[in-house]
Amino acid sequence: MQRAIKHPDPRPRAESNIVPMAGSDPVRHPNSVAAEVRNLRKTYNAGTPHAHEALKDVDLSIRANEFFTLLGPSGCGKTTLLRILGGFEMLTSGTCRIFGEDVSRLPPEARPVNTVFQQYALFPHMTVRRNIAFGLEMLGKPRAEVESTVERMLDLVHMTDYADRRPDTMSGGQRQRVALARALAPQPKLLLLDEPLSALDLKLRQKMRLELKSLQRETGITFIFVTHDQEEALAMSDRVAVISNGHLQQVGTPEDIYEQPQSRFVADFIGESNLIEAKVAGVTGGEASLDIEGFGKVHAPVAERVEDGQKVWLSIRPERLVLGSGDGQERAKVTDRTYLGNAVEYHLHVGEHALTARSPRGGLRGRQDFAPGDVVSVGFEPGSIKVLLS
Amino acid sequence: MSTARLRDLRVFPGFGLLSVGCVVFLYAPIVVLAIYSFNDGRSVTRWAGFSFRWYQTVFANQNIQTAAINSVVIAVIAATVATVFALGAAIATVNRKKGGGEGAYVVLTFPLMVPEIVTAVASLVFFVAVGISLGFATILIAHIVFCIPFAYLPIKARLESMDGTLPSAAADLYASPAKAFLRITLPLLVPGLVSGWLLAFIISLDDFIITALVAGPGATTLPLHIYGMLRLGMTPEVNAISTLMLAASTVLVLISGLLGQAGRKH
Repeated sequence: MQRAIKHPDPRPRAESNIVPMAGSDPVRHPNSVAAEVRNLRKTYNAGTPHAHEALKDVDLSIRANEFFTLLGPSGCGKTTLLRILGGFEMLTSGTCRIFGEDVSRLPPEARPVNTVFQQYALFPHMTVRRNIAFGLEMLGKPRAEVESTVERMLDLVHMTDYADRRPDTMSGGQRQRVALARALAPQPKLLLLDEPLSALDLKLRQKMRLELKSLQRETGITFIFVTHDQEEALAMSDRVAVISNGHLQQVGTPEDIYEQPQSRFVADFIGESNLIEAKVAGVTGGEASLDIEGFGKVHAPVAERVEDGQKVWLSIRPERLVLGSGDGQERAKVTDRTYLGNAVEYHLHVGEHALTARSPRGGLRGRQDFAPGDVVSVGFEPGSIKVLLS
Repeated sequence: MSTARLRDLRVFPGFGLLSVGCVVFLYAPIVVLAIYSFNDGRSVTRWAGFSFRWYQTVFANQNIQTAAINSVVIAVIAATVATVFALGAAIATVNRKKGGGEGAYVVLTFPLMVPEIVTAVASLVFFVAVGISLGFATILIAHIVFCIPFAYLPIKARLESMDGTLPSAAADLYASPAKAFLRITLPLLVPGLVSGWLLAFIISLDDFIITALVAGPGATTLPLHIYGMLRLGMTPEVNAISTLMLAASTVLVLISGLLGQAGRKH
């Protein structure tokens, strides 16, 4: 087994917190691929009755300098993928490359990758300073360089005042910062983050989101972030990969994922969506006429080939439903009204379909308020209907 | 007295008295033994004034000194070797519940439940069958073996309470498996190792039955020597040496307990 540690040489440093990264330098590696997995499969307990396919044929390219998020429900395989990138888990088949180098068979200590663990995994018998210095010491860096890098990292995560404390005397947010500093200190080519915010309370989580994002920009290191929280994923990422049941569902920018879901799973998992079954009733020039039982016909653009009579699903975001009355088109019955503070949510029945509409309150844009029992008309904002084939 | 206090199950009439009785029954003989070690007379039942004469006798007795040195040397070596074996066993069995870890745990700790006389006879028969002549070596081998489960338990407990991702974190930070063990796992196991070593040391120091059977004619340990002295007649000299052993054991148990507590706080 090859154990050579390939690591970028530290270059002369600027007088700032910014860590120069040889491996992910956009000038030297324009549009380079930071991590790439091809035909990746991971089967636990292969060959036994308890065999479990955690990842099935995953292909994924993560660009240098990207804040990339692996998003999915628990047990979907996202953490397994992260652990394979980190070297903590062996892949069953396929390849895994980091900046072009095949790392499939390398142990964690031979990969130019550092991890922020879910429970931080700080060494309890060492001070904050010793924790941060650990990776640099293991790389055999000279003492002066270790010390100056540790100071820089402490400053970067605003933990200089806590340098000589032990992890068990600190709060969750402080430990989080130390874990980040420890993982960033050896200047990895990739930083893996395994749900690092899940142990924090809401306010702190929102604060750390911003900090993580600015840290990523400052350091220029490629971040691969695992989370089950779609809001977190949308807020922080340059690109998101949605994973479900071991399959890669969709990869794209947060806008792509939210506005242009490619499957019912993505439409439902990212934000909220009304999913309505419909039949194709004619296609003209890239626009399909779609028949919703008990409602009538709607029109929406289709990218793929569809045939007349084909069953499809329509995805419409609740905030893009327009409710009205007095236009003679009232076909939906309000079954419930929920006050959300910044909006009001209406639950509707249209024929057999249950729909959710959300609208800012109080006659904004001419919208009225409705009560349970009201019969209303339902319209869709232009371009709000997304046709899904699967 | 409030009704809440009356209904409290912990307030059981007469229970306090029973507890006091138990404590007295447990400790009174030991206290009496310790008191009479300072008796000026030759009797262990009639008080004849305070003196350190029996302690002086003990320290002047060449045989007791030899036996004590034997005991300590055996206990130190047995505890050390057993701790090393137990450390290996603990690392191999923890975090491997499916791969025979559970079975190994049962096999390792079963000797704790085997009647000691059975282990003693078995050891004796084994040494005779293999042809090792009885003496210092056989005592040492037997002690190492029966100390392993005692050293194993605290180390295993410590290892189980350790965050299992720490070695992964060390590997992630470029530590080889050997370095991760030396820099992370081993320092964190120190309280368990010390606690296990002390337990093994005390068990070895106090053992009588197994030692009695596998000791040859030449080798003797402190418990064996005390038993020998008893057959020649009870004098406060026996009390004095017993009190010294008691004091040593108590100090070691206290250290072991304090270390265990310090470890849990982490």
